[in-house]
Amino acid sequence: MSDWPLLSLTIFLPLVGVAFILFVRGEEAIVAQNARAVALWTALATFLISLMIWANFDPAQGGYQLVEQAMWLEPLGVRYHLGVDGISLWLVLLSTLLTVIVVVGSWYSVQERVKEYMITFLIMDTLMVGTFCALDIVLFYIFFEGILIPMYLIIGIWGGPRRIYSAFKFFLYTLAGSVLFLIAIVVMVREAGTTSIPELTRHDFPVAMQTWLWLALFASFAVKVPMWPFHTWLPDAHVEAPTAGSVLLAGVLLKLGGYGFLRFSLPMLPEASAYFAPMVYALSIVAIVYTSLVALVQTDMKKLIAYSSVAHMGIVTIGCFTANAMGLTGSLVQMLSHGLVSAALFMVVGVVYDRIHSREIETYGGLAERMPVYATIFMLFMLASVGLPGTSGFVGEILVIIGIFNITPESAAIPAQGSWVALLAASGMILGAAYMLWLYRRVIFGALEKAGLARIEDLRANEIAAFAPLVLLVILMGVYPSFFTDPMAASIDRLLAEIGAHAPGRLALSSP
Amino acid sequence: MLHTILVFSPALGALLAGLFGRQLGDRGAQIVTCGLMAVSAFCATIGLVLYVGEPAFKVELLRWIDVGGLEVDWALRVDTLSTVMMFVVSFVSCFIHIYSIGYMAHDASIPRFMSYLSLFTFAMLMLVTADNLLQLYFGWEGVGVASYLLIGFWYTRPSACAAAIKAFVVNRVGDVGLALGVALCFLLFDSIQFDVIFAEAGDRAGQTVSAFGLSVDALTLMAILLFIGAMGKSAQLGLHTWLPDAMEGPTPVSALIHAATMVTAGVFLVARFSPVFELAPAALALVTIVGAATAFFAATVGLTQFDIKRVIAYSTCSQLGYMFFACGVGAYAAGIFHLVTHAFFKALLFLGAGSVIHAMSDEQDMRRMGGLADKIKITYAMMWIGTLALVGFPGTAGFFSKDAILEAAWASHNAFHLLAFWLGLLAAVLTAFYSGRLVFMTFHGEPRADHHVMEHVHESPPVMTVPLGVLAMGALFAGWLGSGMLDPDGAFWAGAIVTGPDNHVLHAMHEVPFLVKLAPTLAMATGLGLSWLFYVKMPDLPDRVVAAARPLHTFLYNKWYFDELYDLLFVRPALALGRVFWRGGDVGIIDRFGPDGIAQSALLGGARAVRLQTGYLYHYAFAMLIGVVLLVGLYLFVIGG
Repeated sequence: MSDWPLLSLTIFLPLVGVAFILFVRGEEAIVAQNARAVALWTALATFLISLMIWANFDPAQGGYQLVEQAMWLEPLGVRYHLGVDGISLWLVLLSTLLTVIVVVGSWYSVQERVKEYMITFLIMDTLMVGTFCALDIVLFYIFFEGILIPMYLIIGIWGGPRRIYSAFKFFLYTLAGSVLFLIAIVVMVREAGTTSIPELTRHDFPVAMQTWLWLALFASFAVKVPMWPFHTWLPDAHVEAPTAGSVLLAGVLLKLGGYGFLRFSLPMLPEASAYFAPMVYALSIVAIVYTSLVALVQTDMKKLIAYSSVAHMGIVTIGCFTANAMGLTGSLVQMLSHGLVSAALFMVVGVVYDRIHSREIETYGGLAERMPVYATIFMLFMLASVGLPGTSGFVGEILVIIGIFNITPESAAIPAQGSWVALLAASGMILGAAYMLWLYRRVIFGALEKAGLARIEDLRANEIAAFAPLVLLVILMGVYPSFFTDPMAASIDRLLAEIGAHAPGRLALSSP
Repeated sequence: MLHTILVFSPALGALLAGLFGRQLGDRGAQIVTCGLMAVSAFCATIGLVLYVGEPAFKVELLRWIDVGGLEVDWALRVDTLSTVMMFVVSFVSCFIHIYSIGYMAHDASIPRFMSYLSLFTFAMLMLVTADNLLQLYFGWEGVGVASYLLIGFWYTRPSACAAAIKAFVVNRVGDVGLALGVALCFLLFDSIQFDVIFAEAGDRAGQTVSAFGLSVDALTLMAILLFIGAMGKSAQLGLHTWLPDAMEGPTPVSALIHAATMVTAGVFLVARFSPVFELAPAALALVTIVGAATAFFAATVGLTQFDIKRVIAYSTCSQLGYMFFACGVGAYAAGIFHLVTHAFFKALLFLGAGSVIHAMSDEQDMRRMGGLADKIKITYAMMWIGTLALVGFPGTAGFFSKDAILEAAWASHNAFHLLAFWLGLLAAVLTAFYSGRLVFMTFHGEPRADHHVMEHVHESPPVMTVPLGVLAMGALFAGWLGSGMLDPDGAFWAGAIVTGPDNHVLHAMHEVPFLVKLAPTLAMATGLGLSWLFYVKMPDLPDRVVAAARPLHTFLYNKWYFDELYDLLFVRPALALGRVFWRGGDVGIIDRFGPDGIAQSALLGGARAVRLQTGYLYHYAFAMLIGVVLLVGLYLFVIGG
């Protein structure tokens, strides 16, 4: 089984589904029905194959596994080079799982251009998995930037009234980052003479060059995360995107930035990473406090959750740059957790939006009365979002806080900095609880007396089916996170070695 | 096995009642949760008999986290401290479950209520049996969530929702301290396992750590961070504001969570970390000051409140202060002893108050009560037992534990022990006064409720009065039974509570002057006598006193204006800043000079972008993709090749 090109299969199987959907002809209703069915089976099959990746993954090895290599563009030395390690493994599974979930979740809610809709999401699946598996920087770049296009289409076609503005803003921000990333790639490839990511990682870039390369990469990744102050595209994009778009945007696309830091910035440019770490901490803390406060005063549910995403991703970026095992693992766990929880929260909003067609918090109130199942599921994800122990949200947060508190000093100034960062990051726990609980109170609690809510119906079977895996995973990750962290451990150690080997004493800040 | 059943049977009850409430029905949910709670309480009683005074051991369940040297298990730590706590939690919870059958009989969502109660009990048991800081944190936040759910149980009431959120958020402030304490603990010990911490605490004594811009004693900082967590959970001065509001929850909740168990978790935490606190005198001083100040502050506010549950809530806050300063002066055993006796008599008082409210058709304002003594005799008797135990009447449970605390405060070497003693003594007078006031206003004098209410006044059913009777037994006899906890040699605790070599307070407290021994009883008599004078003998006296000391009364009646102050300092600025950052920062600055500015010029450049719709979008997108590929190729060819 492991001889099979599992990664290529996972990447390209969705495109087979696309081909099938393209051939569907006939009456519109039938086309829609068939497109849905094909999309669902394709996404499911892709997910099952991605599970095979997990089954064949050896947690004891820190290097890339299931590697596939072929010469692609001979004159440039660009290879079709794929592989997964403990850092990308779960992100691949997250992508394939969320694709299944969005297909199920939008079974009834999308009625326009169903064929194109399903095609777009399957293409997204391909590109997301491709990004996380690519081990050639050019290949990575194509997948990485390619994702922009379907996302842009999803917002621009199936989005809300201000979709054009939002799509354009999203595009502008990310394009600005992309151009700089592209330039950085060219410089790096010229310097190292290879496009292979493992080889680039082994190359020693001159320190002066690292600074500029790091900033160029940062421009691209910081927009994707998004870090403050490059975050303003996110609330707009989420608000206008259809539910499924928001789910993939929050669930997977925001992880590209963090993944970029872990795959490129840290191991390839360790000196520059150490140099800029304080800046990353500062921006992350601003993100946590600033966007939490902004989330507090939002009147639009999706905007609120979008701002909360920025705050949660602040924990991720702090964790990335702690450069110790706890911080890095915490950062990855937080990415996965956020991928599940924020995806679920956007689906939670989508459920009532489908029924009432409003995202305004004020429209709602007292839903617990008529929608007990919905209220329970919302409660679980709300609590996971505020980082309740026993849910996935806690594990990442506490690991990052312990990690940042434990960056050991070269000079005496650093631990103090670590403790301050930990304190301010932890203060996000208070604000996070405030805005999420208040949101929940206004939507679910209170008396059911607003016009139009009297006959609102509880979750349908397909919605419950879409939530169920997320519920299970959020609890599993909270109660038994070792299931997820064990396969990461060896790769995290390798990453630490790569960072440390290049910058002895600088970013090798980790305590034991 | 015993302990696994003990801890997890409430969890099973919560799951069954919560997920299958509709199938089980009201009665089924009550039977399942109460039955499993009874199993748990039975196991806890056996545990008490078998494991008190035995050395600690642990029951390992599952590996939780194993990352970069941080190894954490789900495990149950069984030693005398956790055995005592498990007994109190399970036993009291069991009877409150039973009481709830009667109290909540007319509620529309009984399975949900029973499920939450059991969920709480499970989380509380996880907290007290934790063998590492992270599991403690799990229980800690778990009880917080259960408390949030139960305070907001009647979710259609805006006041209940507000109180629920307030409780959670204020607790979160404390939890930040706890989380940082966990982080610092790992920095110091490379572990957050209790046995490792306690074994190595001595080696870390005197080490300094630089954090938060300071260079401070490491163990002191760790103890203070943990104590900040304790302050939130146990509603100590500064982080106390949520507790009175929490009375919005149904009364059994107030009895179980906001009196007997959850709010005492902070005291438990300090006692559990006695090996660390003993090495951190500055932290102990802080604990003493905060505890004593809270004991006094809450008692003063309790004097003026009219809501029967709020009076008891402030009383709880005040009694928690006693427990803390007992720990602060080094008498952890006395603090835990008071925790145990308090669990019985305060649960009794709350359930008694619930019985009164039940009888009075949901009236909670003591100004509209009075004259109930003859109509609900059992409740009346129970309330007197609870009150006497609270004020420390000789022979009752509170007498033993409160006297012990005050004597320990007198005998201690802590720098602030006399402050604690005098504030504690003063608070004892106030306690006796407001407790007497509560009983007299509620049960004595002329009825002040209208005759419709008075005609309906009835004694509660046995399902409510029997639990009252059981708790009353505890309020009367827990002092006799538990006095072994104060054994000066610590034989009772078998190492579960550690006192330093210089800490002889449990010896010294027996050698205090006679007047010190007598003082609490005198204070009690003074307070009770005054309240009798004010509310029975000369009922017009309270109004005259209030008129004479109007500003003081207003200050106390408004709870020292903490809520108003916090609103002004934190809530409003947070919302205002949020608006400024959103409208000013995001929209006004970042967007204006960022994407919007660029988009503006782009739009001016080509009007075609406006028609960026459906059909055109495809062309655009594919043009872009091709463009990207070409760009890459071009660069690589030209530059790379």
